[in-house]
Amino acid sequence: MAQATETFYEVIRRQGITRRSFTRFCSLTAASLGLAPAAAPRIAHALETKPRLPIIWMHGLECTCCSESFIRSAHPLAKDVVLSMISLDYDDTLMAAAGHQAEAILDDIRTKYKGGYVLAVEGNPPLNEDGMYCIDGGKPFVEKLKAMAADSLAVVAWGSCASWGCVQAAKPNPTQAVPIDRVIRDKPVIKVPGCPPIAEVMTGVISYITTFGRLPELDRQGRPKMFYSQRIHDKCYRRASFDAGQFVEEWDDEGARKGYCLYKMGCRGPTTYNACSTVRWNDGVSFPIQSGHGCIGCSEQGFWDNGPFYDRLSNVRQFGIEANADRVGGVVAGVVAAGVVAHAAVTAVTRLTKKR
Amino acid sequence: MSGATRTNGSSRFRGVVDLAGVQTDRGATIYVYEAPVRVWHWVNALCVAVLIVTGYLIGAPPPSVTGEASAHFQFGYIRFAHFAAGQVLTVFFMMRIYWAFMGNRHARQIFYLPFWSATWWKGVWWEAKWYLFLTAEPKKYVAHNPLAHIAMFFTVTLGNIGMIITGFALYSEDAGRDSWQARLFGWVFTLFPNSQDVRTLHHLGLWVIVTFTILHIYAAVREEIMSRQTMIATMISGERQFRDDRDD
Ligand code: HEM
Ligand code: HEM
Ligand code: SF4
Repeated sequence: MAQATETFYEVIRRQGITRRSFTRFCSLTAASLGLAPAAAPRIAHALETKPRLPIIWMHGLECTCCSESFIRSAHPLAKDVVLSMISLDYDDTLMAAAGHQAEAILDDIRTKYKGGYVLAVEGNPPLNEDGMYCIDGGKPFVEKLKAMAADSLAVVAWGSCASWGCVQAAKPNPTQAVPIDRVIRDKPVIKVPGCPPIAEVMTGVISYITTFGRLPELDRQGRPKMFYSQRIHDKCYRRASFDAGQFVEEWDDEGARKGYCLYKMGCRGPTTYNACSTVRWNDGVSFPIQSGHGCIGCSEQGFWDNGPFYDRLSNVRQFGIEANADRVGGVVAGVVAAGVVAHAAVTAVTRLTKKR
Repeated sequence: MSGATRTNGSSRFRGVVDLAGVQTDRGATIYVYEAPVRVWHWVNALCVAVLIVTGYLIGAPPPSVTGEASAHFQFGYIRFAHFAAGQVLTVFFMMRIYWAFMGNRHARQIFYLPFWSATWWKGVWWEAKWYLFLTAEPKKYVAHNPLAHIAMFFTVTLGNIGMIITGFALYSEDAGRDSWQARLFGWVFTLFPNSQDVRTLHHLGLWVIVTFTILHIYAAVREEIMSRQTMIATMISGERQFRDDRDD
């Protein structure tokens, strides 16, 4: 258990991290949050003086891809520091304690830091059968989630599961999995969607909260503005060929080799808010579009239910069969046009027969 | 409406009269569509034509151009034409709304449906029979016939509003979170958090408007020939002329 008075700086020094690495971490954090270099000393000062913020990381219905992404953060220091801080507190997949011991830690933090800890949630609660589809420590996860959220400072929704529902909430959603803000109503919920979210985005959000002790500015959907206010399409390096009118038409054509825009292959970059085209993945190595595949919009609400991953537009399901907008509209307009022609023919015939 | 015809036409000395005493049976003309309504109609029709073509191309782009990307801006121009036509359509539609307050009675017609009026429902029924060849003759109408009125209300009045709202919401994604478009239309993304759904709706709107346009132009031409009154000429000059003076 962490002491209440310990600062972030004390923790990392205890972990064997040098002062030099600490200052580097502060500048990196400032840069990744889009702040001026002058912010770095302020971050350092805050970390040296303020008591660190305890973080609890809980897992509901999920696949652990958020954790997998997180531990691959390109800023090793950020990852190490934040991870070691989290494992100090509570993360049932990472910490040493287990069973009753682990449950005791949860209760302990809840009482000791009442209203002062951050609850990070990976996955979401299923509500069907009173939450029996996700049992955690002998209780339905939804109860544990509500209890821990009630005494928290703020809640971070990791990934598309916690933010939107993701695959377990896809139709027909037999377990009635719901995004966490459907059960947590009275606390600010910071959504960090993505399947998984980008590691640097995750550490960035946590660093921001722990260093400044306040929540990042959120957009309309509850996502941190600094990472989610632009679409993949806005910063995509293939945008030049989009504007020029150069598209990949088939997966193995000349355009694909030349790296043309993937719009016609169903790229969802134009409707997807995330930082992939700027931050990229795995230490900035690549991101889906750079690897030649369109964006599937994994950080957007309901992306599993919005039709094939190779279709930019949502399917129109109201017609029994799944069909895209152009097929439905084309059929309607075609039938109407045919009706008009037939109507004109009947009109002409009746007119001629009457004239006689 | 027959009342209007009667007051203008009850006198024996009416129509086109010449000294030989030949009198046409052409009825009176009434000034129906004021200039702002007519100008709006044709500007709107032009914008819609551009929006349909460019919008369809945005959804299904033409075959790729060859050469360096830096040498072309083809898709950019298509989108530019769409956005330009969209903004012109919006400005003229706002003017049209203004004219609904300032203009004559007929300037207000497309903005509401008088569903409480039994006469109106009779008109709907009568026009439906006319289009189904179940009656020999349509009625006469000073402004739009009730079926046209319904189609215009849903697909043009509501349709334009829907396309403007979704169009500007999509535009705000390009213009950025701080743009006035985002401030005015960002709420669309509260309703539909995934902008893919907004795009799909905007795209479906294309087909609604295409369908209306097919029916509308057909009906305008057909009624120009078949009905008891002028049609296309009315939308050009504003004057409606009736081809007979019968009361019913
Ligand atoms: C009759 C009216 C209109 C029609 C038929 C129409 C049609 C379309 C269609 C079919 C698309 C392609 C959607 C897709 O497949 O992704 C589109 C895109 C778009 N439209 Fe419209 N539109 C209309 C009015 C407007 C208006 C008033 C605006 C506002 C300025 C607007 C702005 C846009 C924007 C911003 C896009 C997205 C373009 C992109 O990001 O590449 N549209 N429109
Ligand atoms: C060549 C193309 C077109 C022709 C010949 C045409 C003809 C006409 C005519 C004759 C009227 C008067 C109908 C009446 O008096 O009852 C009218 C009204 C109207 N038309 Fe068109 N039209 C055309 C294209 C369009 C298009 C593309 C649209 C929109 C999508 C449109 C929307 C309207 C509307 C909303 C009215 C009612 C005007 C008002 O009351 O303000 N028209 N049109
Ligand atoms: S590849 Fe996708 S994100 Fe990139 S420019 Fe084309 S449509 Fe936009």
